[in-house]
Amino acid sequence: MEKKITLPLDKQTALSLTAGEGVLLSGEMFVFRDAGHKRLFESIKAGKPDIDYKGETIYFMGPCPAMPGQIMGSCGPTTSGRMDKYTPYMFDTGLAAQIGKGKRSPECVEAIKRNGGVYFAAIGGAGAVYSSCVTAVKEICYADLGTEAVRRITVKDFPAIVAIDSQGNNIYEKK
Amino acid sequence: MKRADLSLLTQKIQEAIVSIACNMHPSCRAALEKARLQEDCPTARFALDVMCRNADLAAQKGYPVCQDTGMAVVFLSVGRELILPGDIYEAVNEGVRRGYKMLRKSVLDPVTRVNTGDNTPAVIHTRLTEGDKIGVEIMLKGFGSENMSKVYLLNPAQGMDEAKKLIVQSVAQAGSNPCPPVIVGVGLGGTLEKACELSKHALFREIGSANPDPQLDELEKYLLDKINKLSIGAQGFGGKTSALGVFIEKYPTHISSLPVAVNILCHCSRATSFAI
Repeated sequence: MEKKITLPLDKQTALSLTAGEGVLLSGEMFVFRDAGHKRLFESIKAGKPDIDYKGETIYFMGPCPAMPGQIMGSCGPTTSGRMDKYTPYMFDTGLAAQIGKGKRSPECVEAIKRNGGVYFAAIGGAGAVYSSCVTAVKEICYADLGTEAVRRITVKDFPAIVAIDSQGNNIYEKK
Repeated sequence: MKRADLSLLTQKIQEAIVSIACNMHPSCRAALEKARLQEDCPTARFALDVMCRNADLAAQKGYPVCQDTGMAVVFLSVGRELILPGDIYEAVNEGVRRGYKMLRKSVLDPVTRVNTGDNTPAVIHTRLTEGDKIGVEIMLKGFGSENMSKVYLLNPAQGMDEAKKLIVQSVAQAGSNPCPPVIVGVGLGGTLEKACELSKHALFREIGSANPDPQLDELEKYLLDKINKLSIGAQGFGGKTSALGVFIEKYPTHISSLPVAVNILCHCSRATSFAI
């Protein structure tokens, strides 16, 4: 049976999660991927971050256009490793959790551990299932990036696995 | 001589794209179901449950199976008896343009990173064949898996033993990234680009089908067994099934080399073929 988790993630819940556990996430999260991170970091460098991600969860995803009757098109996770170089800074400056797919660098695992964060693995390729979990979508910024723009979505019972927990336990390491 | 109907080609390409974006190949769906039923690892089973549920939901509702609706890869076999009354590549790309209208546009300029806006151009491989038909094999190739693909140019002294080792190693290094259980296309021989083309074309084989070449068939079985023993499992969560199939194509090569290309496909084959 999967554990039901509410977002934004509070510190206590984050600390209680164990790598390998199945969860169903409900609540709000930011969504963006490669180009969104690149531009966010330019704004951070300029001293004026375009979004406030403190205590938030970021889902690495770039959706399909919505079909008639959908509020968001297919929206499964993309490969997290490409966001590794941004990740330690983000956890160090208050990010609570990330959602993506695939293994992370040792620096990311350390940053998650150091800050009591969590990395959830969503099921890669399950775009239709994830679109059926989305109950609201808001465009935030970088609309010119198209599928890579920053969005905020509300989800209900979004299936995922705790892949790296706050103790640094890593599902991709235990075989 | 017969005039090819290029507007029909455009229409058929458009229809094929819309259909395969939403429908996992039946042989792939069957292979995933088999993997799901025999999986003991609870996290891998969780992933396989979601993958199977996703494939069925997408097919039933007409939603793309995966948000990465890929880049279109097209192998054309053009009958020699045909007259082409226009640009066959533009006919394919117009089909791609129309087919991707409701799908994600993921294609851009490699240097400027500016999106082409309509998912064109497709990657098109053409060959001439007998007869008066155009044969089309089309695949929507996602890049989480494409990025994990490899090509090696081995010395003849390294031979097939090293090739086998590197094929398995490529899948091991890809690990969780390409959305396993993966499908592995292998190209042996030719030149650098020929090996890559063979490895891509191999991915059109139906999962569970035997290679008509007994030696390659044996090699495919050997590699599939070795890859499954890596215990990468569904989504890299561990478990019994790391690959759904290994498919090999070969071509004669130079006395100085053994080109080996490994093209990795995720657990969701979105491909079809037809002729007009």
